[in-house]
Amino acid sequence: MSEPHTSEPHRSDLHKEVSELERKSATAARLFDIRRIIGGLFVVYGVIVTIAGISPSDADLEKAEGVHINLWTGLAMLALGLFFLVWMKLRPAEAPETAPDPKPGPDGG
Amino acid sequence: MQTLAEGLRLPTNGLDYAILAIYFVVVLGIGFAARASVRTSLDFFLSGRSLPAWVTGLAFVAANLGATEILGMAATGAQYGVAVVHWYWIGAIPAMVFLGLVMMPFYYRSKVRSVPEFLLQRFDRSAHLLSSALFAFAAILIAGVNLYALSIVVEALLGWPQWVAIVVAGLFVLVYITIGGLSSAIYNEVLQFFVILAALIPLTVLGLKRVGGWDAMSDSLTKQHGGDFMTAWGGTGIGDPNPLGANWLTIILGLGFVLSFGYWTTNFAEVQRALSAKNLSAAKRTPLIAAFPKIFIVFAVMIPGLVAAVIVPKIGTPDSDLTYNDAIPLLMQELLPNGVLGIAVTGLLAAFMAGMAANVSSFNTVFTTDIWQRYVVKDKPDTYYLKFGRLITAIGVLASIGTAFIAASFSNIMSYLQTLFSFFNVPMFVVFIIGMFWKRASMKSGVWGLVAGTGAAMVNYFWIYKGGIIDIPSDQGANFVSAIVGFVAGAVVMVVVTLFTAPKPEAELAGLVYGTESPDPDEALDEADSAWYRKPALLGWGAIVLAAACYIPYSL
Repeated sequence: MSEPHTSEPHRSDLHKEVSELERKSATAARLFDIRRIIGGLFVVYGVIVTIAGISPSDADLEKAEGVHINLWTGLAMLALGLFFLVWMKLRPAEAPETAPDPKPGPDGG
Repeated sequence: MQTLAEGLRLPTNGLDYAILAIYFVVVLGIGFAARASVRTSLDFFLSGRSLPAWVTGLAFVAANLGATEILGMAATGAQYGVAVVHWYWIGAIPAMVFLGLVMMPFYYRSKVRSVPEFLLQRFDRSAHLLSSALFAFAAILIAGVNLYALSIVVEALLGWPQWVAIVVAGLFVLVYITIGGLSSAIYNEVLQFFVILAALIPLTVLGLKRVGGWDAMSDSLTKQHGGDFMTAWGGTGIGDPNPLGANWLTIILGLGFVLSFGYWTTNFAEVQRALSAKNLSAAKRTPLIAAFPKIFIVFAVMIPGLVAAVIVPKIGTPDSDLTYNDAIPLLMQELLPNGVLGIAVTGLLAAFMAGMAANVSSFNTVFTTDIWQRYVVKDKPDTYYLKFGRLITAIGVLASIGTAFIAASFSNIMSYLQTLFSFFNVPMFVVFIIGMFWKRASMKSGVWGLVAGTGAAMVNYFWIYKGGIIDIPSDQGANFVSAIVGFVAGAVVMVVVTLFTAPKPEAELAGLVYGTESPDPDEALDEADSAWYRKPALLGWGAIVLAAACYIPYSL
């Protein structure tokens, strides 16, 4: 129906457009590290749930089949939270490999 | 998903609500904090293609781990028993590995920003427009249905009126995606992944304890439902009757090959996560890293389902007011004390919102880059499309809130529409696979493959199966067969159309088809990515072997 040579946008246009956007992108340089959030939230949750589990009421204990479930879950969440914080400390996010500009350029765009 | 039994109200207290409130604050905080990183439309739609593999990998699995999936798969476990593992081990892992090892190089190196954009590059505008429009429409529909499902669960568990749940959850998603874009969606998905595990693991452990361990549960269910209930393949010989309504051939071809490859490799809500990875190695590893949790998550949904089937032997039958979908809420009510209960409620709500957010964040990308920028308002500066992307995100969320209210009054129409759209996924895979591996496949063959495959699957489902021309014992089984029919029809039509129409000029296929050179030189492999545990082939084949090994205890 349509002639093969004139019909579609050229591949190279897309390449150029996306490469250009990649160069201007700010995500790599400015996006915060999610490990901080996971770590922080799980430490907070872990503390809350652990405290709730330190001296469970008999009713709670019976409900949970005699397992100190709040205590165990709380401690596990605390451990996971600490794991993420320690991981972040030991292996901080690397600076973006291709710095957009040697000097901190203005937000051109 | 439509009804949840009365009497499932959870005994939540202030502690549980405090846990929930903290989560909502963090969700918004992520949105606002991610805002500083959004400078271009590429930041907003694809996180600037710069995220590390473990983040995109966990988001990849979490985008699929919505609450409808969790409740639905527990329900499948309660209804069909151990056969639910097929949806994971054969119905997900091979497709995820195929996406990572085989398809991702074409996707990622071509720099396309969406799945429809790949079709534009490989085929023509008609295939592109058709798939973009249908995807955008389906994404809003599914987001709305998700929101409606959330409102039912929240009403039953917490006693909030349905409209409150719909509006509150919808507005939270609106705010954090509009402000933070895909980075905000992905970060929230990663967080949700851990919270939902923190909810499901205690539930699974206590559930098993409640019924006296795996062996006691297994004995009890075998007595109730027969020996096949606790095996993966029992009763799936061709011609054998089984509740699933499928035999080993339709399971492998229909579920394992066509349906799952269609979903995992061409559904943009999933593929988008991989496209946002920082380099080709990370993009390839995205679905592979996701495969490992996926293999084991099945235990955390299947076991609660099985436990519920023991505790309430008549679950899902007219003699019980509990439906299969109530399995997880029931165990939450029966087993979890305040504290862990708050985590479980938070996990469930988080899963609903993440499921919706995945659809919204893929919808806005396709609508902006594939429809608006390509056909409506072209050649504007990038800031315009960034602004438009934010606007259409807000509109999309409001539209899905509207859809949720429509679903509340016409739930039958909604489930019918969902079935209709599910048939569109089937030929997507055939068009992709032929397009990626056969240079000659002509420009026009794409759109005709899509139309023919969708049509054939629908004819098979609605006319031949629903019309009673052939007898398939269940909707599920008919779905598998329809998928196979759609695949074959799409493939045949593509070949025939190709024989009579013009191929795409070879120069324009560079990097899109197997055996062509990408116009860009290969990026240098990151030093750290050559470590053995980051080798895609090892990760991929490792996942396949592990999934196969998981079958062994349930197959002998």
